Amino acid sequence: MTRKNVHLKIGEMKTDTGLIKNLEVSVGKLIDDSWEEPMGPTPMPEITTLRNWDLTLLNKYKPFYLPACDLCCLCTFGKCDLTGGKRGACGLEIGAQSSRIVLLACSIGAATHTAHARHMVDHLIEKYGRRYPLDVGGLNIKVEAPVTRLITGIKPEKLGDLEEVLDYCETQITHCLSAAHTGQEGNNLDFESKAFHAGRMDQIGMEIGDIAQISTLDFPKADPDAPLIELGIGTVDTSKPVIMAIGHNVIPSIGVIDYMKANNLGESLEVVGLCCTAFDITRNWKRGKIVGPISWQLRFIRGGFADVVILDEQCVRTDIFNEAERVKAPVIAASAKNCMGFKDRTDDPADEIVADLVSGKTPGVLILDPDKVGEVAVKVAQQVAPKRRNFTVLPELEEIKKLAKTCRHCNLCRRSCPQDLEISEALKDAAEGSIKKLTELYEYCIGCARCEQVCPVKLSIHSFIIKAGEKKMLEETNFCRCGRGAIQDIEIRNVGSPIVLGEIPGILAVVGCSNYPKGGKDVYDICREFANRRFIVVTSGCSAMSAGSYKNEEGQTIYEEFTGDFAAGGVLNVGSCVANSHIAGAAIKVANIFAKRPLRGNYEEIADYIHNRIGAVGLAWGAYSQKAASIAAGFWSLGVPVLVGPHGSKYRRMLLGREDKKENWEVYDARTGDKINVGPSPEHLFQTVETKEEAMVTIAKLCIRPNDTWKGRSIKLSHYIDLSKRFYGLIPQDIDKFVRTEADIPMTMKNDILEIIKEKGWKETVIPDPTLLPRLVRKKKEIK
Amino acid sequence: MSCEPWQCAEVSSTKKAMAITKPEVAISLIRRANRPILVVGSNAINRKLEGKLLIDYLIDFAKASKIPIVATAHMVGEFLKRGYKPAGFMSAMDIGNRLVDPEWQGIDGKGPHDLAVFVALPYYMQGLILSGLMHFATKLKTLTLDNMYHPHASWSFPNAGVGIWAENLKVMTSKFEGGQ
Repeated sequence: MTRKNVHLKIGEMKTDTGLIKNLEVSVGKLIDDSWEEPMGPTPMPEITTLRNWDLTLLNKYKPFYLPACDLCCLCTFGKCDLTGGKRGACGLEIGAQSSRIVLLACSIGAATHTAHARHMVDHLIEKYGRRYPLDVGGLNIKVEAPVTRLITGIKPEKLGDLEEVLDYCETQITHCLSAAHTGQEGNNLDFESKAFHAGRMDQIGMEIGDIAQISTLDFPKADPDAPLIELGIGTVDTSKPVIMAIGHNVIPSIGVIDYMKANNLGESLEVVGLCCTAFDITRNWKRGKIVGPISWQLRFIRGGFADVVILDEQCVRTDIFNEAERVKAPVIAASAKNCMGFKDRTDDPADEIVADLVSGKTPGVLILDPDKVGEVAVKVAQQVAPKRRNFTVLPELEEIKKLAKTCRHCNLCRRSCPQDLEISEALKDAAEGSIKKLTELYEYCIGCARCEQVCPVKLSIHSFIIKAGEKKMLEETNFCRCGRGAIQDIEIRNVGSPIVLGEIPGILAVVGCSNYPKGGKDVYDICREFANRRFIVVTSGCSAMSAGSYKNEEGQTIYEEFTGDFAAGGVLNVGSCVANSHIAGAAIKVANIFAKRPLRGNYEEIADYIHNRIGAVGLAWGAYSQKAASIAAGFWSLGVPVLVGPHGSKYRRMLLGREDKKENWEVYDARTGDKINVGPSPEHLFQTVETKEEAMVTIAKLCIRPNDTWKGRSIKLSHYIDLSKRFYGLIPQDIDKFVRTEADIPMTMKNDILEIIKEKGWKETVIPDPTLLPRLVRKKKEIK
Repeated sequence: MSCEPWQCAEVSSTKKAMAITKPEVAISLIRRANRPILVVGSNAINRKLEGKLLIDYLIDFAKASKIPIVATAHMVGEFLKRGYKPAGFMSAMDIGNRLVDPEWQGIDGKGPHDLAVFVALPYYMQGLILSGLMHFATKLKTLTLDNMYHPHASWSFPNAGVGIWAENLKVMTSKFEGGQ
């Protein structure tokens, strides 16, 4: 830690010169710097400090805008029509407006993670004190907060040290958000740069939130052998009272677990989680269970499994209290950010609240004391469960067949379905006695229930789909590796060289939400393909759950089939959304621990290193949220490419390179200062892909980096070519752009590739010591 | 036939695609174009019309009309499997990004395209790309061949059943075969 507030208060003091009463002295900050590393050039960057770096990347990967809306309606001058090159009343054109929306999304995401971290840190300080030491991996981790160290220049050691980091983030996010006000920024690239900055703050917010909870809540500490956790609706023992938590902030659920432990109730109830809070429940308590990703909220509630529903924050369906009321399950809202309109009962006696919920006097309450949440939830679950007896609103199959006959086949259900599912046809078959098509929809449905909102005869279509898929749902008994948290320093040392030289072909981070185009199986297939290819596969969030939701031929889930090491062929789940920071942290640690690049406040150099040398790719196959946008922005800023599935096109802006424009692919050779063309490596910074097959080919290609040795490049190209031949039916047509010397060509393909590249006029080139930063060129000469 | 967007919320603002009421209109637009291009997405192998996959209709149409195809996603492999070599292949975002560049010399390097015909991408994704082209590719016209109305195109067929869709594609193919 580097700075501390010093505040001296003297009630009464006698001195030789007189009596001093009520003296208060504040000296602002006291530097207490035990970190020996010298401060780098950009500690605690302001919103324009890293603008040049951002613009360097944005010049290489220019925005391609896909406006989701032609209008702007953010101020009272509007609505303004921005079609046909028209500017709005404020002067903004559609490109800048699109960037502005990106900035808004990233600022919302960063604010959400940072507010989550703030709540977490405040609560934990209250419980454990400011001097509680941070520990994310014992002796295995010396660089405990790589993102924070890199961006702020602060080395946090104690819980209290995190407060100043959060102060900084909150200030920066406010600046970012303010830039979206009418009449602030007008240039699209400046909006984009600020979106990158929001992404940087988001990475810090996530890191702070996770290291605070890892240090205090008995989570796995960078453990590759973190236990396997039961996953899936079929794992829930419904003969016991079931408490379900939805969201991302585990503190109220910890209240439940602590109360159960204190009262020896550990075996008497089921505590299950949905979405990221599930990960953090199970990181704390291995008996907890993971129901599934965010899209399964309605499945679980309408299926009648939950006796009490606890809502914390983020990604919670805002109509969940209506749904819970239908199945007579009381709701406890437990976050100040998500009060759900309930009366605040925080200060009421627990037994009074329990009585009101059990009797049905009130369907839900707001309780902002996590310990009280724990007591109330457990007592309510125990009393409600025998009455509810897993009451469900799912209709019987015969009822579905009967109701399906009332369908008018207007097709509004399909036209409102984000997946374009053929619901009307399935209902037609159901009316004729076959539920096969409805059953098939179960895998692809993302659980939004928009179909029900538009149905003119008010059919509970989503419930029909759940019921039709009930057998499959109850057979969902899988395993997910418990969120391990950070990557150990020793793991980084072991893989640093093969990653940077290209001999481990890449790091694939499969992260984010479950708005998948064709179900979660795609996530499993992609993870398994690359694990088998000896990539390092990292998972987090809902994607980590989907990856664990399918089995191989031997009946093993992916977490049983592959180790949890950060090593070639490992599949490791870092944890919940906030654990995404450890993925960025791992890349940063490769630059720092393996390559010995200075870390402290040295953002540009580390990002430049990562961009040019570490073949990492993020895949958010079902990204839906603003948080996913800000997480992506944090990776863009580090120069790490991010792919999204087709629904990700709705983020309405891509960052695309142009492989056909040779001039875009020059780097400096740090040894000589010469400009060297390194080809499109990596080709894009943010791209939507349409199918899992395209995703796999693209992932292999995006792992290529200018620094690859010939051996590493040869390995990477062999994967790119192999996947391209398998899914595209041909050798990649851009292969000439990735071959620098003949040694780069995989041996078994040499003749074929040589023929192709020579036809294209290929010429041998050198492998540089690549950098985009002229100041890193060691040989002094004029750089233009 | 309706001229509402296929996905109900995909409303446009002040500009809306002209509806194509007869396949002859689409034929005329393609014939009038100097440098048309047909972008084919991944639903080409997911949509079956009267027992025949959409991709097979599109191959027939491309052969008849001589319009060059750019395959997106992994569709190039599907075309090659059927013995048809598309003029090019790239991701949907890449082709969109090139089409907004007035300096791009087209898939064959012979000059900018003046008409981009889209078909078979996921509806929302195709809609967003069409929106990008509407705003940023001011000299380009766009046309969709799906049976789903795309408001952000310059011209689009209205929402229709697969029977009408198949018939439209067959008519378009036959007219080119007869007319050229």
